[in-house]
Amino acid sequence: MSLHEAVLRKETDLLSSEERLKPRHLRTLGSLAGMVAIVTAMTLLARQFAWVGDYPDAWIAPFEDWLNVAMKWLIHECSFGLFTFKEFTRSLAWLAGWPFKLGMGLLIKGFDIALSLPVAGRIEFHLPHLSWVGVAGCAALLGHYLQGRRLALISGGCFLYLALFGQWASAMETFASILIAVPLGVIVGLLLGVLSYWSKTAEIIIRPLLDMMQTIPIFAYLVPILFLFGFGPVSAMLGTVIYAVPPMVRCTHIGLRAVPDTQLEAGIISGCTRTQLFLKVKMPSALHQIMIGINQVIMLTLNMVIIASMIGAGGLGYDVLTALRRLHIGRGLEAGIAIVVLAIALDRLSQAATQGKVRKKSFSMGFVYNHRYSLAGLFLLVLATMLGSKLAFVAAYPEDWFITTAPFWDGLMSWININLYDPLYAVRTFLLIYLLVPFKKFLLNLPWLAVIGVLFFAGYRLGGWRLALIVLFPALFPAVTGYWEKTMYTVYLCGIGVLIAALIGIPIGILAAGNARSAGTLNLILDTLQTLPAFVYLMPCVMLFRVGDVSALVAIVAYAVVPAVRYTLHGIRQVPVSVLEASAMSGCRRDQILTKVQLPLALPQILLGINQTIMLALSMVVITSLIGTSDLGQEVYIALTKADIGRGLVAGLGVACIATVSDRLIQAAAELKKERLGLT
Amino acid sequence: MNLATQTADFRNEPEPKLACRNVWKIFGNRPRRFMARHDNNPSDEALAADNYIGAVRRVNLDVYPGEIFVIMGLSGSGKSTIVRCMSRLHDPTHGEILFDGRDLSKVGKKDLIQIRRHKMGMVFQHFGLLPHRNVLENVAFPLEVQGKGKRKRIERAREVIELVGLEDRIDNMPSELSGGEQQRVGIARSLAVEPEVWFLDEPFSALDPLIRSEMQDEFLRLQRLLHKTIVFITHDFDEAIRLADRIAIMKDGEIVQTGTPEELLINPANDYVAEFTSRIPRGKVISAQAVMDPLPRPEAVASDEYDAPLISCESTIDECAQCVLTQKGPVAVSDLDGKIVGRLNRETVIETIFSNTSDNGYESS
Ligand SMILES: Nc1ncnc2c1ncn2[C@@H]1O[C@H](COP(=O)(O)OP(=O)(O)OP(=O)(O)O)[C@@H](O)[C@H]1O
Ligand SMILES: [Mg+2]
Repeated sequence: MSLHEAVLRKETDLLSSEERLKPRHLRTLGSLAGMVAIVTAMTLLARQFAWVGDYPDAWIAPFEDWLNVAMKWLIHECSFGLFTFKEFTRSLAWLAGWPFKLGMGLLIKGFDIALSLPVAGRIEFHLPHLSWVGVAGCAALLGHYLQGRRLALISGGCFLYLALFGQWASAMETFASILIAVPLGVIVGLLLGVLSYWSKTAEIIIRPLLDMMQTIPIFAYLVPILFLFGFGPVSAMLGTVIYAVPPMVRCTHIGLRAVPDTQLEAGIISGCTRTQLFLKVKMPSALHQIMIGINQVIMLTLNMVIIASMIGAGGLGYDVLTALRRLHIGRGLEAGIAIVVLAIALDRLSQAATQGKVRKKSFSMGFVYNHRYSLAGLFLLVLATMLGSKLAFVAAYPEDWFITTAPFWDGLMSWININLYDPLYAVRTFLLIYLLVPFKKFLLNLPWLAVIGVLFFAGYRLGGWRLALIVLFPALFPAVTGYWEKTMYTVYLCGIGVLIAALIGIPIGILAAGNARSAGTLNLILDTLQTLPAFVYLMPCVMLFRVGDVSALVAIVAYAVVPAVRYTLHGIRQVPVSVLEASAMSGCRRDQILTKVQLPLALPQILLGINQTIMLALSMVVITSLIGTSDLGQEVYIALTKADIGRGLVAGLGVACIATVSDRLIQAAAELKKERLGLT
Repeated sequence: MNLATQTADFRNEPEPKLACRNVWKIFGNRPRRFMARHDNNPSDEALAADNYIGAVRRVNLDVYPGEIFVIMGLSGSGKSTIVRCMSRLHDPTHGEILFDGRDLSKVGKKDLIQIRRHKMGMVFQHFGLLPHRNVLENVAFPLEVQGKGKRKRIERAREVIELVGLEDRIDNMPSELSGGEQQRVGIARSLAVEPEVWFLDEPFSALDPLIRSEMQDEFLRLQRLLHKTIVFITHDFDEAIRLADRIAIMKDGEIVQTGTPEELLINPANDYVAEFTSRIPRGKVISAQAVMDPLPRPEAVASDEYDAPLISCESTIDECAQCVLTQKGPVAVSDLDGKIVGRLNRETVIETIFSNTSDNGYESS
C-alpha cells in the first residue's frame, strides 16, 4: 500500500480518532502492565530464592575455556599434513605483508634496492619515497577530475594541512593501510555480493554472517586474528577488511538486484551470453550502487585503521592512543583533527566518484587527451620526487616549518581547568548522582530472570512466539557465560546514551524538517559528523569531563545522535506535500499537522533511527572502555592485552547479543507500526 | 497504401517467416503443470479460479516475409507478452513458435543466442538503452557482444545512426537525449545487426503526436529501404492503419481477428472489432474496389479512346471522392491492367465517408 493511501486512511482515522485511540492505548498499557508485573513478581521471588536474583555461579558454562581450548588446538595441533594451520596463517600474513611494505615504501620509507648486475657489478641505491608535493598535487588533480575546482581545493587543502601541521608521516602510514585495505575489502565484498546474487544458498548463509560481522565489536575479533596472524599491520588490515566488507556486499547485491528489466531484455535480445550480460549490462548498471559501497568501505576502513592501532597498526590512531594514555590532550587533539581532515578528503572524493558525471570518452580525441588527468598526475609525482632528491624540502616537509596547535589546545585545556572546573564538575556530579548512579543501581539490582522475562514478553507482544524465542537465546547468553553484570553495565551506559541522544536528536530533526534550507545545512553537518571515526569523539570529552562514566556518556551521545536526527528528518520530510495540503485544508493547525499527521507517519522511520542510534552507541561504549568504564568493552580490551581469546570473544559476543535483541525488538515494533499505518 | 502495393504479393508466399501455433503464456505458480492438468486448454473460469493470468491464449498467426504485421489491442491485452514469446524473452507455456519453419521453443541456448545476434532485432516500449553507454556505444552494443572488431562495429554503428538521423549526437549519453531521440537510438541499435525479423513493441507510444507522426514517416521510409519482416505493436488504430499490411486485434490474450485494415472495417468479426474500428475515417482505408458496383465481366477499353474519368481499383475512397462527387453519373473503376471492373456512384462514396460518424454522436454535435 502506498504512503498516499496510508495517509488517506490516516485522515479518516482523524475523524474517528476518539474511538480508535482507546484500543491502541489499551494494548500499550497492557504491555506495560505486563512488564511491571513480571518485574515485581521476580523481585519478590528473588527474596525467597537467591537464584532468581543472581545467576548462580555453578550454572555458568565455561564458554571461554572451550573457546581457548579450540583455539589452542587450532594453533598448536591442527595440521594439514605438510604444514600446520599456524604456518599456513603466518605465511598468509607474510604474503599479505608485501603490498603493505610496498605502500609504506612508496609513501614514507622509500626503497633500498640492491642489484647484482653481470656487467656493472653490484649496485646499491635508495629510491626515494613520493614527495608530499606530488601526493597533495595528485589529490587536488583527482578532486578536479571527479568534480571540479571546489573539490580540488578541498582535497588538495586537506593533504596540505597534513603536511603543514606536521602530521604527514603518521597520516601517510594510515593512508598506506587504507590504500591496501580498501581494494582488498572492495574485492572481497564484490565477490561475496556477486556470489549471494547468483546463489540463493550463498545468500542464506552470507546474510546472518554480515549481521554478525556488523554487530560484534571490532575488538572481539581482533583477538583471534592476532593469534593467527601475529601482532602487526597485517592483522590490523585483516580486521579492517572484516569490519568494512558488509556494506560492500550489501550494496553489490542490491545494485545487481535493481538492474531494470528493460536493460536486461535489451541485453538478451542483442544476443548476450550469460557472462556478457553480467559484465556488460548488470555490472555497469549496478556501478552507482557499488560506488556507494566503496565509499562506505573507505570510511569504515579509516575508522577501523584508527582503532587497529591498538594491535600494531601505527599512524594517526597510534598517536591519538598514546596521547590519550598519557593525557597529552593537545597532541591527541592534533592527531584527532588530522584524522578528521583525512576523513573529509577521502569522503568527499569517494562521494564525488559516486555521484560523478560519467566522463565521456571522446572518439574524436586521441589517447593523450582521454588520459590527460592520469598522465598529469604521473608527471607531477615523478617530477616532484625527482626534485626531492635535490631539494630536501620538496621530499619531506621540513620540521622547522611545522605549525603546531598543541600548545593552544593545552592552553585551552588549562584554561578550562581553571575557569570552568567548578561548573563542569557540578554538571558531572549532578549527572552522576541523579542520573547515572541510580539507573546503574536499578539495572544491576534487577533480577536476571526479570530482565529475561521482560524481553521475552516484549518479543511475544511484538512478534508472537517466534520473536519471543529469537530474543530469548541472545538474552540468555550473557547470563549463561557469566557476564551478566558487565552486560548490564553496558546496557546502562548505552541505554542512557540512547535516551539522551533521542531526546536531543528527535526535536532537532523535527525543527529542521520545517524548512528546506536548514534541512540542507543540517544534512551537511550530519554528513561530516558521520565521517568522523569514533575514536575522535573521546578527545574533547576527556578534555571537559576527565576520564570516567560521564565522559563516556557524552561521547556516546555525541556519536550516536546522528541517526536519530537524520531518520527523524527524513521520516518527516518524506510525508508528501499533497498530504500536508490536504490536512491543512481539513483545518489542522501547524502543530496539529505535526502531531496528528507528520509524526505518526514518520514514526516507523524514527524507530529505525533509534535502532541505528543503539548500534552506534554500542560500538562507542566498547571504545569508551579506553577512558575507564568497566563494561563489556573493558573485558574485550583486557582480553586483548592479555591475549585471552576466549574472554575476548565471549565478551564480544555479549555485545552482539545486546545488539541483536534490541535490533529484533525495534524492527518488529517498526513493522507493527507500519502495518497499523497501512504502509506495507 | 503504396507500401501495400509493393508488398501485395506476400500472401502468395507459401512459407511464413514467423508463425505462432496455439501459443499460450500463463503467469502464475507452475503454469506448465496447470496447463497439463487442463489438457492444455484451460477455460477462463479455470484460470480465474486458480489465480492464473492467461496473458496469451491459443494464439495462431503467420507473419510473411517483407510484411508489416501489426498487433493491436488495449492495454493489458497481451501484446507485449506475445512478442516476448516470439523473441523468446519469455518461454511460451504451450505451443510452437516457428521461425523459418523451426520451432524456437526447442532451440538450444547457443543457437538461440546466434539467432538473436543475426536474425532478430527488437525495439522496446521503454527504449531499454544502457544508461552507461553513449549513443555510439549503445548502437554498437549488439555488434560488440558478437565479438566484431572495434573499427568494423563503429563503422556499422555510424551507418545506422545516420539512417535514423542522429549523426551529430554520437557522443551523447542517453540521459541527454529527448524521448524521440532515445527511441531512434533504440531503432538504430536493433538495426545494427541487419535483422531479418524486426520486433517493435509500441515504439512510438511514449512520444507526443507530432514526433510520433514524424517517426512513422521515418519508419515507412526505412522499411521501403530495408524490406524487413516486421511485427509491430501498437494500441493506436490510426497508427496501425497507417503502417500495417495486416492487423491482428487482441483482446484478453486472444486474437479476435486478423486481416488487412480494410477487411477489419468492412467485415468486423464481432462487436468488439467493430467498436474498435468505428472511429476510423473509413474513406482513408476502404478502396474503390470494395464498395463499387462490380461489372459481371471486366471490359477492356483502350485508354486513349476513353475520355471519361477512370479510378484505379486500389485507390481509397478519400482519394477518388473529389473525382466522383464532381461527376454527374457513376465513375468507372479500372483494375491494374486497365480493364474496367465496376462503377462507383456518389451515394456510395458519401455513405462510406460518413457511415461511421453517424453512429458516433455525429448528430448530436
Ligand atoms: N511477469 C508477469 N507476471 C504476471 N503477470 C504478467 C507478467 N507480465 C505480464 N503480465 C500480465 O499479462 C497481461 C498482458 O500483459 P502485456 O504486458 O502483454 O500487456 P500489453 O498488451 O503489452 O499492455 P500495454 O499496452 O500496457 O503494454 C497483463 O494482464 C499483465 O498484468
Ligand atoms: Mg506492452
